[in-house]
Amino acid sequence: MAIPAIAAVAYGLEVANRDLDESRVPLLGVVAAFVFAAQMLNFPIAGGTSGHLLGATLAAVLLGPWLACLVLAVVLTVQAFAFADGGITALGANVLNMGVLGALAAGLILGAAVRAFSPDRATFLAMVAGVSWIAVMVGAAATSIQLALSGTIPLGTSLPPMLGVHALIGIGEAVITVAAVSAVLAARPDLVALGRFPARERAPGPRTAEEGVT
Amino acid sequence: MRTKAFVAVALAVAVGLAVAVSPFASSSPDGLNKVAEDKGFLDTAAPSSIQDGSPIPGYAFPGVENERVATGLAGFVGTLTVFVLGFGLAALLARSGRGSAGGSRQRPGPDAAA
Repeated sequence: MAIPAIAAVAYGLEVANRDLDESRVPLLGVVAAFVFAAQMLNFPIAGGTSGHLLGATLAAVLLGPWLACLVLAVVLTVQAFAFADGGITALGANVLNMGVLGALAAGLILGAAVRAFSPDRATFLAMVAGVSWIAVMVGAAATSIQLALSGTIPLGTSLPPMLGVHALIGIGEAVITVAAVSAVLAARPDLVALGRFPARERAPGPRTAEEGVT
Repeated sequence: MRTKAFVAVALAVAVGLAVAVSPFASSSPDGLNKVAEDKGFLDTAAPSSIQDGSPIPGYAFPGVENERVATGLAGFVGTLTVFVLGFGLAALLARSGRGSAGGSRQRPGPDAAA
């Protein structure tokens, strides 16, 4: 699982190397910080279970899908090495499932939807909610598939409960992601890479073309 | 709002959440851990021995007795660490991208362990 994760992160590095505007540099840091913090905030869902934001959709909406892969790789790597959270050998799978797959699924779907429908703000946020949920479900399904491939547990045993519990966690993901994106839209709409909302008056200097999907 | 101000406010929100809210987060197992418990494969996830050297294992700042304070401190350190790493990585990439075409295709260092 490390190979596709490394490939996606390497491509993220490539995209950053090519396109990253210096004015957006601090934004990558702050999105990573927010995702890290939010991943600590487990919220209770049914049956003695909790969920927390994964953040791939949030990062993808704000930075584009490839930079989002980088952000999640940074967050999950720090969690594994500094906090002993998530195995080192599982890091590739974790980056893939919680980062890459969600960021790409959410980012590519949302990017296409924005191009197709040029949504207003409310519609855009509804789309963000939808892709947030999808990203969590994709990650959960991928985790089940990998657990089956590794011989840990058959797919038929883990997939139904994984999808069931993550259908609820995905709602939390959608709520938090929409709240965060709304806050950014209110303050600096031009910083939302996958949106096509112009800067407000008196924003400092023209923004360069947003990264978006490439 | 200028970008610097935006970043400062957003970082303050992130640090505030990690310090003040995370100590009160649910301690129930998360989705995957719950399924792993129920289906009996939780013990297949063993930490690697490298992780014995983790500075802040399990989000509890070492040497702090009060659990909530230990978690809040861990959140503070972690959030700032991630900010600095993300910022630093992005700064390196933005800088190297301006000069040489196709330069510095470095792999992410820590993933080499995977």
